[in-house]
Amino acid sequence: MPEQTFVVNGERVTVDVEDDVRVLWVLRDLLGVTGPKYGCGINVCKACTSHINGKAFNPCAVPVGELSADDEVTTIEGLPAQTAEDARGPHGLHPMQEAWLERDVVQCGYCQPGQIMAAVALVRKVRDEGRTITDADLDGIRNICRCGTYTRIREAIRDGETRM
Amino acid sequence: MTTTDGPHTVNRRKFIGYLLGGATVVAAADLGMVGRGATADAGELPTLPQPAEIADLSDLLTLAAAPTSQLITVTINDDGTASFELPRTEVGQGITTAAAMLIAEELDLPVDKVHVTLAPARPELLFNQITGGSNTIHAMYTPIRVAAAVAKGALLQAAATVLGDSANKLTSHLGHIVAPDGRRVDYGRLSALAANEQPETVEVELKDENSHGIVGTPVNRIDALDAVTGTKQFATDLDVADALPTMVCRAPTLNGTPNAVNNADEVRNMPGVTHVAIVPTGVAVRASTFGQCIDAVRALDVSWNDGPVAGMSDEDALAGVRAAEAPAPELPAGETVSGDFTFWFRSNSAMDTNSAVADVRDGRAEIWASLKNPNVAQGRIAEAVGIPLNNVTVHVVQGGGSFGRRLFDEPAIEAARISQAMGVPVKLMWHRADDARVGRTHPLATSRIRACYAGDTVLGFQQAHTSIETDFRHGLGDIITAKAADLPAGLGNMPFAQVIFQLTTILPYDFGAVGQSLVETDTRFNTSSMRNIYSPDVRTANELIVDQLAQRMGTDPLEFRLAHLRNGRLRTALETAAEKAEWGKELPEGMAQGIGVHVEYKGVTACIMEIDCRPETVGRKVRNAVTGPRVTKATMVIDCGRVINPRGVEAQMQGCVNDGIAMTLTSSLHLRDGHFQEASWDNYFYTRQWNTPPELDVVVLESTEPPGGVGEAGVAASAAAAACAYARATAAMPTEFPINHRTLSFEPKPYSPPVPQSPTDGLDHTY
Repeated sequence: MPEQTFVVNGERVTVDVEDDVRVLWVLRDLLGVTGPKYGCGINVCKACTSHINGKAFNPCAVPVGELSADDEVTTIEGLPAQTAEDARGPHGLHPMQEAWLERDVVQCGYCQPGQIMAAVALVRKVRDEGRTITDADLDGIRNICRCGTYTRIREAIRDGETRM
Repeated sequence: MTTTDGPHTVNRRKFIGYLLGGATVVAAADLGMVGRGATADAGELPTLPQPAEIADLSDLLTLAAAPTSQLITVTINDDGTASFELPRTEVGQGITTAAAMLIAEELDLPVDKVHVTLAPARPELLFNQITGGSNTIHAMYTPIRVAAAVAKGALLQAAATVLGDSANKLTSHLGHIVAPDGRRVDYGRLSALAANEQPETVEVELKDENSHGIVGTPVNRIDALDAVTGTKQFATDLDVADALPTMVCRAPTLNGTPNAVNNADEVRNMPGVTHVAIVPTGVAVRASTFGQCIDAVRALDVSWNDGPVAGMSDEDALAGVRAAEAPAPELPAGETVSGDFTFWFRSNSAMDTNSAVADVRDGRAEIWASLKNPNVAQGRIAEAVGIPLNNVTVHVVQGGGSFGRRLFDEPAIEAARISQAMGVPVKLMWHRADDARVGRTHPLATSRIRACYAGDTVLGFQQAHTSIETDFRHGLGDIITAKAADLPAGLGNMPFAQVIFQLTTILPYDFGAVGQSLVETDTRFNTSSMRNIYSPDVRTANELIVDQLAQRMGTDPLEFRLAHLRNGRLRTALETAAEKAEWGKELPEGMAQGIGVHVEYKGVTACIMEIDCRPETVGRKVRNAVTGPRVTKATMVIDCGRVINPRGVEAQMQGCVNDGIAMTLTSSLHLRDGHFQEASWDNYFYTRQWNTPPELDVVVLESTEPPGGVGEAGVAASAAAAACAYARATAAMPTEFPINHRTLSFEPKPYSPPVPQSPTDGLDHTY
């Protein structure tokens, strides 16, 4: 069986599994990293949203064989470490997670790791474009939340943007 | 006009409880049967109280739960914390947080010192372990507080010995008992001292509700930190030894069954695959990863027997409902307004698909799943795998949403059968495509209304609701009533449906002779309650006709409602909503406001929505999405009785608004050729960010009425408000819901293989 080597949350891992197995299953079923959730497996619901080399991606749609040894995958579990220790909030978390806590965004919580990872990437993206989050940006977020926490997600993203 | 408020009970504070024997303080409540009555006054053109105004579904569930409330216990641990196993299921509705607040209040502990977990199946609780009807707080508000108060009393007694003062001179402060001279001792130390060798009956006095310091204040969810750090565990996150990923290959028609597997050996030799087994619902595969399960499911060559609705479409299902409709009821003489509405199938699929972990070996079964009726599940699993009930352990796991879905237990039963057939533990997860297509639905229904009036007086209002059967075979949460509901040919389910319809249906207006009836037909579909059961459809139909009546009489919709409401709490809520939403404000052509109100769960809701139906809005483009009319502003006002956690109520109301919008504007299932077509969240159009109201205001009214339920309370008013706003904006009353059902807005995925392959181009779409 092929060996797959890449970096997860700052730690290099090697897993024996076929090239075509999607990264989501390698994370969840083989490495026990269960923060990214399954919601559809076809890159629609976005519950598994994580980061690769700092950009948002959906591991349900990436064969593990496409990752190289230096590719850095960050899941919700590794998000706090993306922030300097003195920039973390009262819970020791990434500013976006802190904004999520302050606004009590979560209901069932299932989609929320993906929502937070998408939000962080969105703020970075618009910042790279030299601007701030607009209503149109928020309208364009595809992550679904069946509990309907959308209003609080929007409020938390705007708050998180100012904290980031 | 007069009011028909909910039943009142005297503000009773003295209760009996038990101190149970053990090494630490374990305390329980005893409620007896709390008597309840109702008052109903008649208005000028009175509508007699409807059954649900005298005793509703919440009363039924609460009374059924009361006799076993002494089995609900609060434990004080030696580290000074309190523990409580909630005999209900948390699926996002916030009941673990509310329970922690009630215990913290009564014990005078910080909320974070109260650990709330979910109780496993406890058959001795009988009717006291069903999570449904938004009834948890109504049923458990008093038992939880009594159990906590009994524990507190024991701590005071023990502290009296330690501190050498009489108990009534002692006070509590954040986990300590304090003597008048300031000496203090913490709960942890007192826990063992206060423990009883033998059970003892004690009388307790609850805290005065008006002096509550935690209850009634906004508190964040107790599981929020776990959720935002990815450590909150759902069924598929559990690490149960050797429970490898498992999926089921299902038939190309709904509820079809496997006849034979033609390539089992070939599939068993695929990478990662360990087992292939036929079960009644399909062909199960177990592998190292779910990705390899998907590959195996797609590779299976199975001969299928058609399901019971093979070849059928939506229109056929509707024709069946039409054929079952009873003749329209008689009305007094007068001018009439009528409406005939169709509500298509809707899905209650949650984000967290049907899933369960099962280990069925050596005459024992152990199951982990999110179950709102774990005792029914335990009984059915025992029967399915032929193992005595005592050897079946059912752990209840938090669910990633329910919306009615987890009232039932088919993933748990299916996982148990698979584990038994394979002889190994399994972690079963339904693919999204299966969850949407095969999972339970809100049944297709029609609602016919005729109202008659003379001048500005409504003389009568009759509604005949006809539906595909709504499955209530979970009974009251125990295996006996579940069996009773499962008599053949729907004969057991029918009385349940009638009772639930009558106990949840209220038309809150003085409309003379009011009659609302239900007929159900066709037991072949996988249905269940969906958030707020019948009410979103029933009330949407009602409120559209109310607007028609107002129009006929030349009255403003708000004024008309206020003139005819027969519920004082609802009047206040509607007036509040109208002011907050600026009812009647100038809007461009193509935009309008609409009103929906509702009475249920011991509370009232009033919703006003503002909708934009202008072409530039309706025609806006989002990839693989339904856009259409946009609700630009929603105002939701709720009086749910005494509020436990206003932050939780606000969250539930926001969710209800999004549900109501989806039910009216965007979300339905399409049955074609014997199967539902939706296989993705880009097929089933639940509200998304581009549909949600940019402005959403929730007002939670203060109230001294007994606390009611909130999880479902806002759906009916929201669905109705969206419909009424749409009708006013387009000057045409819609008669089918959702309004977009006739347009199929996606390319259906194949039925065979039953699940789509995961894409491989994810790295092309990073941002």
